[in-house]
Amino acid sequence: MTGVHYAYPDADHEVLTGVDLSVDAGQVVGIVGASGAGKTTLAKSIAGFIPHSEGGELTGSVVVDGLKVADATLAQVVSRVGLVTQNPFNQISGAKYTVREEIAFGLENLGVPRDEMSERVDAVGTRLGIRELFERSPYALSGGQMQLVAIASMMIMAPRVLVMDEPTSQLDPSGSRLVFDIVNGLADDGTAVVIFEHKLELLREHADVLHVLADGVIARSGSAREVLADPRTDEWGVGSTRFTRAARRAIEQKLLPATTALPVSLEDAKAVFSK
Amino acid sequence: MSMDIAVDGLVFTYPSGVTALGGITVSVPAGQRLAIVGQNGAGKTTLVRHFNGIFQPTEGTVRIGDWDTKGRDIAELAARVGYVFQNPDEQLFARSIRDEVGFGPKNLGVPADEIEARVTAALARSGLVGMEDTHPYHLSLSERKRVALASVLAMETPIVVLDEPTTGQDARGVALIGEVVAELAAEGRTVVAITHDMDFCAENFDRVLVMADGRVIADGTPAEAFSRLDALEDAHVEPPQLERLRTELGWAEPVMSVDEFVGQLKTRA
Repeated sequence: MTGVHYAYPDADHEVLTGVDLSVDAGQVVGIVGASGAGKTTLAKSIAGFIPHSEGGELTGSVVVDGLKVADATLAQVVSRVGLVTQNPFNQISGAKYTVREEIAFGLENLGVPRDEMSERVDAVGTRLGIRELFERSPYALSGGQMQLVAIASMMIMAPRVLVMDEPTSQLDPSGSRLVFDIVNGLADDGTAVVIFEHKLELLREHADVLHVLADGVIARSGSAREVLADPRTDEWGVGSTRFTRAARRAIEQKLLPATTALPVSLEDAKAVFSK
Repeated sequence: MSMDIAVDGLVFTYPSGVTALGGITVSVPAGQRLAIVGQNGAGKTTLVRHFNGIFQPTEGTVRIGDWDTKGRDIAELAARVGYVFQNPDEQLFARSIRDEVGFGPKNLGVPADEIEARVTAALARSGLVGMEDTHPYHLSLSERKRVALASVLAMETPIVVLDEPTTGQDARGVALIGEVVAELAAEGRTVVAITHDMDFCAENFDRVLVMADGRVIADGTPAEAFSRLDALEDAHVEPPQLERLRTELGWAEPVMSVDEFVGQLKTRA
Protein backbone atom coordinates (compact mmCIF):
# COMPACT_ATOMS: atom_id res chain seq x y z
CA MET A 1 0.00 0.00 0.00
CA THR A 2 1.65 3.21 -1.13
CA GLY A 3 0.47 6.78 -0.66
CA VAL A 4 -3.16 5.77 -0.22
CA HIS A 5 -5.69 8.57 0.12
CA TYR A 6 -9.40 7.89 0.37
CA ALA A 7 -12.62 9.83 0.90
CA TYR A 8 -16.11 8.29 1.09
CA PRO A 9 -18.57 9.38 -1.60
CA ASP A 10 -19.91 12.89 -0.89
CA ALA A 11 -17.63 13.27 2.13
CA ASP A 12 -15.82 16.58 2.50
CA HIS A 13 -12.67 15.12 4.01
CA GLU A 14 -10.34 12.19 3.47
CA VAL A 15 -10.32 9.35 5.98
CA LEU A 16 -6.99 7.97 4.76
CA THR A 17 -4.51 10.74 4.14
CA GLY A 18 -1.42 9.00 2.80
CA VAL A 19 -1.05 5.44 4.10
CA ASP A 20 2.08 3.44 3.35
CA LEU A 21 1.88 -0.11 4.61
CA SER A 22 3.47 -3.40 3.72
CA VAL A 23 2.71 -6.84 5.06
CA ASP A 24 4.75 -9.91 4.19
CA ALA A 25 3.44 -13.43 3.75
CA GLY A 26 3.69 -15.24 7.07
CA GLN A 27 3.56 -12.06 9.09
CA VAL A 28 1.03 -10.98 11.74
CA VAL A 29 0.67 -7.23 11.58
CA GLY A 30 -1.34 -5.46 14.26
CA ILE A 31 -2.93 -2.06 13.70
CA VAL A 32 -4.12 0.07 16.60
CA GLY A 33 -5.72 3.48 16.71
CA ALA A 34 -8.50 5.52 18.24
CA SER A 35 -12.09 5.15 17.08
CA GLY A 36 -12.44 7.32 14.00
CA ALA A 37 -8.76 7.01 13.03
CA GLY A 38 -9.73 5.14 9.88
CA LYS A 39 -9.12 1.52 10.88
CA THR A 40 -12.26 0.04 9.35
CA THR A 41 -11.69 2.11 6.19
CA LEU A 42 -8.14 0.81 5.95
CA ALA A 43 -9.35 -2.77 6.45
CA LYS A 44 -11.88 -2.39 3.64
CA SER A 45 -9.25 -0.82 1.38
CA ILE A 46 -6.93 -3.78 1.76
CA ALA A 47 -9.83 -6.16 1.09
CA GLY A 48 -10.97 -4.29 -2.03
CA PHE A 49 -14.43 -3.32 -0.73
CA ILE A 50 -13.05 0.19 -0.95
CA PRO A 51 -13.42 1.48 -3.56
CA HIS A 52 -15.12 -1.44 -5.37
CA SER A 53 -18.35 -1.60 -3.41
CA GLU A 54 -18.27 1.54 -1.28
CA GLY A 55 -17.39 3.90 -4.14
CA GLY A 56 -15.52 7.10 -3.36
CA GLU A 57 -12.12 8.09 -4.63
CA LEU A 58 -9.03 6.12 -3.75
CA THR A 59 -5.67 7.38 -4.96
CA GLY A 60 -2.28 5.79 -4.49
CA SER A 61 -1.64 2.13 -4.95
CA VAL A 62 -2.92 -1.02 -3.24
CA VAL A 63 -1.32 -4.26 -4.38
CA VAL A 64 -2.33 -7.56 -2.79
CA ASP A 65 -0.55 -10.77 -3.62
CA GLY A 66 0.67 -9.24 -6.89
CA LEU A 67 -2.78 -7.99 -7.86
CA LYS A 68 -3.35 -4.28 -8.34
CA VAL A 69 -6.67 -3.80 -6.52
CA ALA A 70 -7.77 -0.78 -8.58
CA ASP A 71 -7.49 -2.73 -11.86
CA ALA A 72 -8.95 -6.00 -10.55
CA THR A 73 -12.55 -7.04 -10.04
CA LEU A 74 -13.84 -7.43 -6.50
CA ALA A 75 -14.20 -11.17 -7.16
CA GLN A 76 -10.47 -11.40 -7.99
CA VAL A 77 -9.56 -9.53 -4.82
CA VAL A 78 -11.79 -11.55 -2.50
CA SER A 79 -10.34 -14.79 -3.82
CA ARG A 80 -7.06 -13.66 -2.26
CA VAL A 81 -8.15 -11.57 0.72
CA GLY A 82 -10.59 -12.55 3.45
CA LEU A 83 -12.14 -9.81 5.55
CA VAL A 84 -13.58 -10.58 8.96
CA THR A 85 -15.81 -7.57 9.60
CA GLN A 86 -16.16 -5.70 12.85
CA ASN A 87 -19.77 -6.61 13.53
CA PRO A 88 -20.25 -10.37 13.04
CA PHE A 89 -24.04 -9.89 13.01
CA ASN A 90 -23.62 -8.20 9.63
CA GLN A 91 -21.38 -10.89 8.21
CA ILE A 92 -23.88 -13.73 8.51
CA SER A 93 -25.14 -14.53 5.00
CA GLY A 94 -28.83 -14.74 5.87
CA ALA A 95 -29.10 -17.52 3.31
CA LYS A 96 -28.45 -20.51 5.57
CA TYR A 97 -30.32 -22.29 8.34
CA THR A 98 -27.48 -23.89 10.25
CA VAL A 99 -24.01 -22.87 11.37
CA ARG A 100 -22.52 -25.79 9.41
CA GLU A 101 -24.11 -24.55 6.18
CA GLU A 102 -23.13 -20.97 6.98
CA ILE A 103 -19.46 -21.91 7.34
CA ALA A 104 -19.60 -24.02 4.16
CA PHE A 105 -21.32 -21.27 2.16
CA GLY A 106 -18.18 -19.76 0.60
CA LEU A 107 -16.80 -23.14 -0.50
CA GLU A 108 -20.22 -24.15 -1.82
CA ASN A 109 -20.20 -21.08 -4.06
CA LEU A 110 -16.84 -22.20 -5.45
CA GLY A 111 -18.26 -25.62 -6.26
CA VAL A 112 -15.98 -27.52 -3.88
CA PRO A 113 -16.97 -31.23 -3.77
CA ARG A 114 -19.27 -32.12 -0.87
CA ASP A 115 -16.86 -34.55 0.88
CA GLU A 116 -13.99 -32.13 0.83
CA MET A 117 -16.27 -29.33 1.96
CA SER A 118 -17.53 -31.36 4.88
CA GLU A 119 -13.99 -32.25 5.96
CA ARG A 120 -12.88 -28.64 5.83
CA VAL A 121 -15.92 -27.46 7.80
CA ASP A 122 -15.23 -30.07 10.48
CA ALA A 123 -11.56 -29.11 10.66
CA VAL A 124 -12.25 -25.39 11.03
CA GLY A 125 -15.04 -26.06 13.54
CA THR A 126 -12.74 -28.20 15.65
CA ARG A 127 -9.96 -25.63 15.55
CA LEU A 128 -12.32 -22.90 16.79
CA GLY A 129 -14.15 -25.15 19.24
CA ILE A 130 -17.58 -24.52 17.71
CA ARG A 131 -18.64 -27.94 16.44
CA GLU A 132 -21.35 -28.16 19.08
CA LEU A 133 -22.98 -25.14 17.42
CA PHE A 134 -23.11 -26.72 13.96
CA GLU A 135 -26.80 -27.58 13.95
CA ARG A 136 -27.94 -24.28 15.49
CA SER A 137 -29.30 -21.36 13.52
CA PRO A 138 -26.65 -18.65 12.93
CA TYR A 139 -29.15 -16.20 14.41
CA ALA A 140 -29.58 -18.14 17.66
CA LEU A 141 -25.98 -17.53 18.71
CA SER A 142 -24.51 -15.19 21.30
CA GLY A 143 -22.32 -12.35 20.02
CA GLY A 144 -19.14 -14.25 20.85
CA GLN A 145 -20.32 -17.45 19.18
CA MET A 146 -21.36 -15.49 16.10
CA GLN A 147 -17.93 -13.91 15.96
CA LEU A 148 -16.26 -17.34 15.96
CA VAL A 149 -18.59 -18.47 13.15
CA ALA A 150 -17.69 -15.35 11.14
CA ILE A 151 -13.99 -16.12 11.62
CA ALA A 152 -14.57 -19.76 10.62
CA SER A 153 -16.39 -18.67 7.46
CA MET A 154 -13.32 -16.68 6.40
CA MET A 155 -10.67 -19.14 7.57
CA ILE A 156 -12.21 -21.98 5.58
CA MET A 157 -11.57 -20.04 2.36
CA ALA A 158 -7.83 -20.17 3.17
CA PRO A 159 -7.17 -16.68 1.78
CA ARG A 160 -3.55 -15.63 1.15
CA VAL A 161 -4.25 -12.47 3.11
CA LEU A 162 -6.56 -12.35 6.12
CA VAL A 163 -7.80 -8.97 7.33
CA MET A 164 -9.53 -8.98 10.70
CA ASP A 165 -11.35 -5.92 12.01
CA GLU A 166 -11.60 -6.28 15.80
CA PRO A 167 -12.15 -10.05 15.55
CA THR A 168 -12.20 -10.66 19.31
CA SER A 169 -14.43 -7.76 20.37
CA GLN A 170 -17.26 -10.02 21.57
CA LEU A 171 -15.10 -12.84 22.87
CA ASP A 172 -14.19 -13.81 26.40
CA PRO A 173 -10.48 -13.86 27.29
CA SER A 174 -10.02 -17.55 26.48
CA GLY A 175 -11.79 -17.11 23.13
CA SER A 176 -9.60 -14.11 22.34
CA ARG A 177 -6.44 -16.05 23.08
CA LEU A 178 -7.66 -18.92 20.95
CA VAL A 179 -8.19 -16.59 17.98
CA PHE A 180 -4.72 -15.10 18.36
CA ASP A 181 -3.16 -18.58 18.62
CA ILE A 182 -4.97 -19.56 15.43
CA VAL A 183 -3.78 -16.38 13.73
CA ASN A 184 -0.18 -17.28 14.56
CA GLY A 185 -0.79 -20.76 13.16
CA LEU A 186 -2.13 -19.35 9.90
CA ALA A 187 0.88 -17.05 9.62
CA ASP A 188 3.21 -20.01 10.17
CA ASP A 189 1.53 -21.59 7.15
CA GLY A 190 2.30 -18.48 5.07
CA THR A 191 -0.86 -16.39 5.42
CA ALA A 192 -0.35 -12.64 5.75
CA VAL A 193 -2.55 -11.45 8.61
CA VAL A 194 -3.57 -7.87 9.32
CA ILE A 195 -5.41 -7.53 12.60
CA PHE A 196 -7.10 -4.40 13.92
CA GLU A 197 -7.40 -4.69 17.69
CA HIS A 198 -7.70 -2.80 20.96
CA LYS A 199 -6.33 -5.66 23.10
CA LEU A 200 -2.76 -4.49 23.57
CA GLU A 201 -1.53 -7.32 25.74
CA LEU A 202 -2.50 -9.86 23.08
CA LEU A 203 -0.86 -7.80 20.34
CA ARG A 204 2.35 -7.69 22.36
CA GLU A 205 2.26 -11.47 22.61
CA HIS A 206 1.18 -12.33 19.08
CA ALA A 207 1.94 -9.58 16.52
CA ASP A 208 5.26 -9.41 14.67
CA VAL A 209 4.85 -5.74 13.83
CA LEU A 210 2.55 -3.05 15.18
CA HIS A 211 1.41 0.11 13.42
CA VAL A 212 -0.47 3.05 14.88
CA LEU A 213 -3.07 4.61 12.62
CA ALA A 214 -3.82 8.20 13.63
CA ASP A 215 -5.67 10.80 11.57
CA GLY A 216 -5.52 8.66 8.46
CA VAL A 217 -1.78 7.99 8.40
CA ILE A 218 0.57 5.45 9.94
CA ALA A 219 1.98 7.50 12.81
CA ARG A 220 4.33 4.91 14.28
CA SER A 221 5.60 1.43 13.41
CA GLY A 222 7.78 -1.10 15.16
CA SER A 223 7.61 -4.05 17.50
CA ALA A 224 4.62 -3.96 19.84
CA ARG A 225 6.96 -3.38 22.77
CA GLU A 226 8.58 -0.35 21.11
CA VAL A 227 5.33 1.14 19.87
CA LEU A 228 3.33 0.66 23.06
CA ALA A 229 6.10 2.20 25.17
CA ASP A 230 5.89 5.39 23.10
CA PRO A 231 4.77 8.33 25.27
CA ARG A 232 2.30 9.37 22.55
CA THR A 233 0.00 6.34 22.94
CA ASP A 234 -2.55 8.39 24.92
CA GLU A 235 -2.44 11.20 22.36
CA TRP A 236 -3.14 8.64 19.62
CA GLY A 237 -6.04 7.22 21.64
CA VAL A 238 -4.36 3.82 21.73
CA GLY A 239 -4.09 3.69 25.53
CA SER A 240 -1.71 1.39 27.34
CA THR A 241 -1.77 -1.82 29.34
CA ARG A 242 -1.96 -1.64 33.15
CA PHE A 243 1.61 -2.97 33.15
CA THR A 244 2.76 0.10 31.23
CA ARG A 245 0.63 2.45 33.35
CA ALA A 246 1.96 0.98 36.60
CA ALA A 247 5.55 1.35 35.38
CA ARG A 248 4.99 4.94 34.27
CA ARG A 249 3.54 5.80 37.68
CA ALA A 250 6.40 4.01 39.44
CA ILE A 251 8.91 5.99 37.39
CA GLU A 252 7.12 9.26 38.26
CA GLN A 253 7.35 8.36 41.93
CA LYS A 254 11.01 7.39 41.52
CA LEU A 255 10.29 3.77 42.43
CA LEU A 256 11.85 2.68 39.12
CA PRO A 257 14.77 4.25 37.24
CA ALA A 258 13.73 6.74 34.54
CA THR A 259 15.59 4.64 31.97
CA THR A 260 13.38 1.58 32.55
CA ALA A 261 12.11 0.03 29.31
CA LEU A 262 8.35 0.20 29.74
CA PRO A 263 6.67 -3.21 30.07
CA VAL A 264 3.69 -4.09 27.89
CA SER A 265 2.98 -7.72 28.80
CA LEU A 266 3.02 -9.80 31.98
CA GLU A 267 6.42 -11.24 31.09
CA ASP A 268 7.90 -7.78 30.50
CA ALA A 269 6.40 -6.48 33.74
CA LYS A 270 7.64 -9.42 35.77
CA ALA A 271 11.17 -8.72 34.59
CA VAL A 272 10.89 -4.99 35.37
CA PHE A 273 9.28 -5.25 38.82
CA SER A 274 11.09 -8.27 40.22
CA LYS A 275 14.35 -6.32 40.28
CA MET B 1 -39.01 2.67 47.96
CA SER B 2 -35.68 1.02 47.47
CA MET B 3 -35.09 -0.31 43.99
CA ASP B 4 -33.30 -3.53 44.95
CA ILE B 5 -33.08 -6.42 42.51
CA ALA B 6 -34.00 -9.76 44.12
CA VAL B 7 -33.50 -12.96 42.14
CA ASP B 8 -34.68 -16.09 43.91
CA GLY B 9 -34.24 -19.65 42.64
CA LEU B 10 -34.25 -18.50 39.03
CA VAL B 11 -34.32 -21.29 36.46
CA PHE B 12 -34.69 -20.50 32.79
CA THR B 13 -35.21 -23.09 30.09
CA TYR B 14 -35.46 -22.14 26.44
CA PRO B 15 -38.40 -23.52 24.43
CA SER B 16 -35.82 -25.83 22.78
CA GLY B 17 -35.35 -27.49 26.18
CA VAL B 18 -31.86 -26.08 26.82
CA THR B 19 -31.54 -24.87 30.40
CA ALA B 20 -29.65 -21.58 30.38
CA LEU B 21 -29.95 -20.72 34.08
CA GLY B 22 -29.82 -23.54 36.60
CA GLY B 23 -31.09 -21.91 39.82
CA ILE B 24 -29.77 -18.46 40.66
CA THR B 25 -30.35 -16.58 43.87
CA VAL B 26 -28.77 -13.16 44.16
CA SER B 27 -29.82 -9.77 45.47
CA VAL B 28 -28.43 -6.47 44.28
CA PRO B 29 -29.01 -3.55 46.64
CA ALA B 30 -29.91 -0.20 45.08
CA GLY B 31 -26.84 1.85 44.18
CA GLN B 32 -24.48 -1.11 43.78
CA ARG B 33 -22.07 -1.40 40.86
CA LEU B 34 -22.23 -5.06 39.92
CA ALA B 35 -20.14 -6.71 37.20
CA ILE B 36 -21.01 -10.13 35.79
CA VAL B 37 -18.19 -12.11 34.18
CA GLY B 38 -17.88 -15.54 32.61
CA GLN B 39 -17.38 -17.35 29.34
CA ASN B 40 -19.55 -16.79 26.28
CA GLY B 41 -22.64 -18.92 26.80
CA ALA B 42 -22.42 -18.91 30.63
CA GLY B 43 -25.88 -17.32 30.94
CA LYS B 44 -24.88 -13.72 31.74
CA THR B 45 -27.10 -12.07 29.15
CA THR B 46 -29.95 -14.49 29.88
CA LEU B 47 -29.81 -13.49 33.54
CA VAL B 48 -29.90 -9.72 32.98
CA ARG B 49 -32.66 -10.06 30.37
CA HIS B 50 -34.88 -11.19 33.24
CA PHE B 51 -34.45 -7.80 34.91
CA ASN B 52 -36.38 -5.93 32.24
CA GLY B 53 -38.81 -8.69 31.35
CA ILE B 54 -37.37 -9.77 27.99
CA PHE B 55 -37.34 -13.21 29.59
CA GLN B 56 -39.75 -14.52 32.22
CA PRO B 57 -38.54 -17.14 34.73
CA THR B 58 -39.33 -20.79 34.06
CA GLU B 59 -39.06 -21.25 37.83
CA GLY B 60 -38.33 -18.86 40.68
CA THR B 61 -38.89 -15.12 40.87
CA VAL B 62 -37.24 -11.87 39.89
CA ARG B 63 -38.27 -8.73 41.77
CA ILE B 64 -37.39 -5.16 40.87
CA GLY B 65 -38.18 -3.06 43.93
CA ASP B 66 -41.75 -3.99 44.91
CA TRP B 67 -42.59 -5.48 41.50
CA ASP B 68 -42.45 -9.14 40.59
CA THR B 69 -41.45 -9.16 36.91
CA LYS B 70 -43.95 -11.94 36.29
CA GLY B 71 -46.97 -10.35 34.67
CA ARG B 72 -45.15 -7.07 33.98
CA ASP B 73 -44.26 -6.29 30.39
CA ILE B 74 -41.08 -4.80 29.00
CA ALA B 75 -42.68 -1.36 28.56
CA GLU B 76 -43.63 -1.18 32.24
CA LEU B 77 -40.27 -2.45 33.45
CA ALA B 78 -38.50 0.06 31.19
CA ALA B 79 -39.40 2.77 33.70
CA ARG B 80 -37.24 0.99 36.28
CA VAL B 81 -34.61 -0.88 34.26
CA GLY B 82 -32.72 0.68 31.37
CA TYR B 83 -31.06 -1.94 29.17
CA VAL B 84 -28.19 -1.23 26.79
CA PHE B 85 -27.85 -4.07 24.31
CA GLN B 86 -24.53 -5.62 23.38
CA ASN B 87 -25.26 -5.08 19.70
CA PRO B 88 -26.50 -1.51 19.24
CA ASP B 89 -28.12 -2.44 15.94
CA GLU B 90 -30.71 -4.46 17.91
CA GLN B 91 -31.70 -1.25 19.63
CA LEU B 92 -31.29 1.72 17.28
CA PHE B 93 -33.97 2.57 14.75
CA ALA B 94 -34.59 6.33 14.51
CA ARG B 95 -33.39 8.69 11.77
CA SER B 96 -31.59 11.11 14.02
CA ILE B 97 -29.75 10.77 17.27
CA ARG B 98 -32.14 13.32 18.84
CA ASP B 99 -35.16 11.12 17.99
CA GLU B 100 -33.32 8.00 19.06
CA VAL B 101 -32.24 9.30 22.46
CA GLY B 102 -35.53 11.17 23.01
CA PHE B 103 -37.69 8.14 22.21
CA GLY B 104 -37.54 6.52 25.65
CA PRO B 105 -38.34 9.63 27.71
CA LYS B 106 -41.12 10.49 25.25
CA ASN B 107 -42.69 7.08 25.88
CA LEU B 108 -42.44 7.71 29.60
CA GLY B 109 -44.49 10.89 29.08
CA VAL B 110 -41.66 13.33 29.82
CA PRO B 111 -42.54 16.90 28.65
CA ALA B 112 -40.91 18.08 25.40
CA ASP B 113 -38.58 20.71 26.85
CA GLU B 114 -37.31 18.30 29.46
CA ILE B 115 -36.73 15.66 26.77
CA GLU B 116 -34.48 18.09 24.92
CA ALA B 117 -32.49 18.75 28.10
CA ARG B 118 -32.19 15.05 28.84
CA VAL B 119 -31.02 14.30 25.29
CA THR B 120 -28.32 16.97 25.50
CA ALA B 121 -27.14 15.71 28.89
CA ALA B 122 -27.15 12.04 27.86
CA LEU B 123 -25.15 12.79 24.70
CA ALA B 124 -22.61 14.81 26.67
CA ARG B 125 -22.16 11.95 29.12
CA SER B 126 -21.71 9.48 26.28
CA GLY B 127 -19.06 11.52 24.50
CA LEU B 128 -21.36 12.55 21.63
CA VAL B 129 -21.67 16.30 22.20
CA GLY B 130 -23.55 18.18 19.49
CA MET B 131 -24.42 15.07 17.44
CA GLU B 132 -28.21 15.46 17.82
CA ASP B 133 -28.89 15.75 14.09
CA THR B 134 -26.64 12.94 12.88
CA HIS B 135 -28.22 9.77 11.48
CA PRO B 136 -27.19 6.80 13.67
CA TYR B 137 -26.11 4.80 10.62
CA HIS B 138 -23.50 7.38 9.70
CA LEU B 139 -21.65 6.45 12.86
CA SER B 140 -19.02 3.85 13.58
CA LEU B 141 -19.93 0.79 15.65
CA SER B 142 -18.28 2.25 18.75
CA GLU B 143 -20.23 5.49 18.33
CA ARG B 144 -23.49 3.60 17.78
CA LYS B 145 -22.82 1.75 21.01
CA ARG B 146 -22.51 5.08 22.79
CA VAL B 147 -25.79 6.29 21.21
CA ALA B 148 -27.43 3.16 22.61
CA LEU B 149 -25.96 4.07 26.00
CA ALA B 150 -27.22 7.65 25.74
CA SER B 151 -30.73 6.41 24.86
CA VAL B 152 -30.86 4.50 28.10
CA LEU B 153 -29.26 7.26 30.21
CA ALA B 154 -31.96 9.66 28.98
CA MET B 155 -34.60 7.39 30.56
CA GLU B 156 -33.08 8.18 33.99
CA THR B 157 -34.02 4.75 35.31
CA PRO B 158 -32.99 3.72 38.82
CA ILE B 159 -31.31 0.61 37.37
CA VAL B 160 -29.06 0.57 34.30
CA VAL B 161 -27.96 -2.70 32.68
CA LEU B 162 -24.96 -2.57 30.33
CA ASP B 163 -24.27 -5.66 28.19
CA GLU B 164 -20.59 -5.54 27.28
CA PRO B 165 -20.36 -1.75 27.21
CA THR B 166 -16.62 -1.54 26.41
CA THR B 167 -16.70 -3.84 23.37
CA GLY B 168 -15.03 -2.11 20.43
CA GLN B 169 -14.36 1.06 22.42
CA ASP B 170 -10.91 2.58 22.25
CA ALA B 171 -9.00 3.63 25.37
CA ARG B 172 -10.89 6.91 25.64
CA GLY B 173 -14.24 5.19 25.17
CA VAL B 174 -13.46 2.68 27.93
CA ALA B 175 -12.43 5.49 30.29
CA LEU B 176 -15.61 7.39 29.46
CA ILE B 177 -17.80 4.39 30.26
CA GLY B 178 -15.96 3.98 33.56
CA GLU B 179 -16.87 7.59 34.35
CA VAL B 180 -20.52 6.99 33.45
CA VAL B 181 -20.61 4.01 35.82
CA ALA B 182 -19.13 6.11 38.63
CA GLU B 183 -21.56 8.99 38.02
CA LEU B 184 -24.60 6.71 38.01
CA ALA B 185 -23.49 5.11 41.26
CA ALA B 186 -22.87 8.56 42.79
CA GLU B 187 -26.50 9.39 41.99
CA GLY B 188 -27.59 6.27 43.85
CA ARG B 189 -28.50 4.33 40.71
CA THR B 190 -27.68 0.66 40.29
CA VAL B 191 -25.36 -0.39 37.48
CA VAL B 192 -25.22 -4.01 36.34
CA ALA B 193 -22.64 -4.65 33.63
CA ILE B 194 -21.64 -7.76 31.75
CA THR B 195 -18.02 -7.53 30.73
CA HIS B 196 -15.06 -9.51 29.43
CA ASP B 197 -12.69 -6.70 30.35
CA MET B 198 -11.37 -7.72 33.75
CA ASP B 199 -9.24 -4.60 34.18
CA PHE B 200 -12.31 -2.42 33.62
CA CYS B 201 -14.21 -4.66 36.01
CA ALA B 202 -11.61 -4.50 38.80
CA GLU B 203 -11.35 -0.72 38.61
CA ASN B 204 -15.00 0.30 38.31
CA PHE B 205 -17.22 -2.11 40.26
CA ASP B 206 -18.07 -2.90 43.91
CA ARG B 207 -18.97 -6.51 43.34
CA VAL B 208 -18.30 -9.26 40.81
CA LEU B 209 -20.44 -12.30 40.00
CA VAL B 210 -18.59 -15.08 38.22
CA MET B 211 -20.89 -17.29 36.16
CA ALA B 212 -20.39 -20.66 34.49
CA ASP B 213 -22.93 -23.04 32.94
CA GLY B 214 -25.94 -21.06 34.10
CA ARG B 215 -24.84 -20.72 37.73
CA VAL B 216 -23.10 -18.19 39.94
CA ILE B 217 -19.84 -19.82 41.04
CA ALA B 218 -18.21 -16.88 42.85
CA ASP B 219 -19.57 -13.65 44.29
CA GLY B 220 -17.74 -10.93 46.17
CA THR B 221 -15.71 -7.76 45.92
CA PRO B 222 -13.37 -7.70 42.91
CA ALA B 223 -10.47 -8.60 45.22
CA GLU B 224 -12.42 -11.56 46.62
CA ALA B 225 -13.79 -12.78 43.30
CA PHE B 226 -10.44 -12.53 41.51
CA SER B 227 -8.73 -14.51 44.24
CA ARG B 228 -11.06 -17.49 43.62
CA LEU B 229 -8.72 -19.07 41.11
CA ASP B 230 -10.68 -22.35 41.03
CA ALA B 231 -13.87 -20.55 40.02
CA LEU B 232 -12.07 -18.33 37.53
CA GLU B 233 -10.62 -21.38 35.85
CA ASP B 234 -14.05 -23.03 35.58
CA ALA B 235 -15.42 -19.78 34.13
CA HIS B 236 -12.45 -19.38 31.73
CA VAL B 237 -11.81 -15.95 33.19
CA GLU B 238 -8.34 -14.67 33.86
CA PRO B 239 -7.65 -12.16 36.65
CA PRO B 240 -6.92 -8.52 35.76
CA GLN B 241 -3.43 -7.66 34.50
CA LEU B 242 -1.99 -6.25 37.72
CA GLU B 243 -3.53 -9.03 39.81
CA ARG B 244 -1.74 -11.57 37.60
CA LEU B 245 1.46 -9.55 37.95
CA ARG B 246 1.35 -9.38 41.75
CA THR B 247 0.74 -13.14 41.87
CA GLU B 248 3.80 -13.70 39.66
CA LEU B 249 5.78 -11.40 41.94
CA GLY B 250 4.68 -13.39 44.98
CA TRP B 251 2.96 -10.49 46.71
CA ALA B 252 0.29 -11.51 49.24
CA GLU B 253 -2.24 -8.67 48.95
CA PRO B 254 -4.63 -8.43 45.97
CA VAL B 255 -4.14 -5.55 43.53
CA MET B 256 -7.15 -4.12 41.70
CA SER B 257 -5.77 -0.85 40.29
CA VAL B 258 -2.61 1.00 39.29
CA ASP B 259 -2.89 3.01 42.54
CA GLU B 260 -3.00 -0.12 44.65
CA PHE B 261 -0.08 -1.62 42.75
CA VAL B 262 2.12 1.43 43.15
CA GLY B 263 1.04 1.71 46.81
CA GLN B 264 2.27 -1.81 47.47
CA LEU B 265 5.43 -1.23 45.48
CA LYS B 266 6.18 1.76 47.71
CA THR B 267 5.89 -0.26 50.91
CA ARG B 268 8.41 -2.68 49.44
CA ALA B 269 10.90 -0.03 48.32
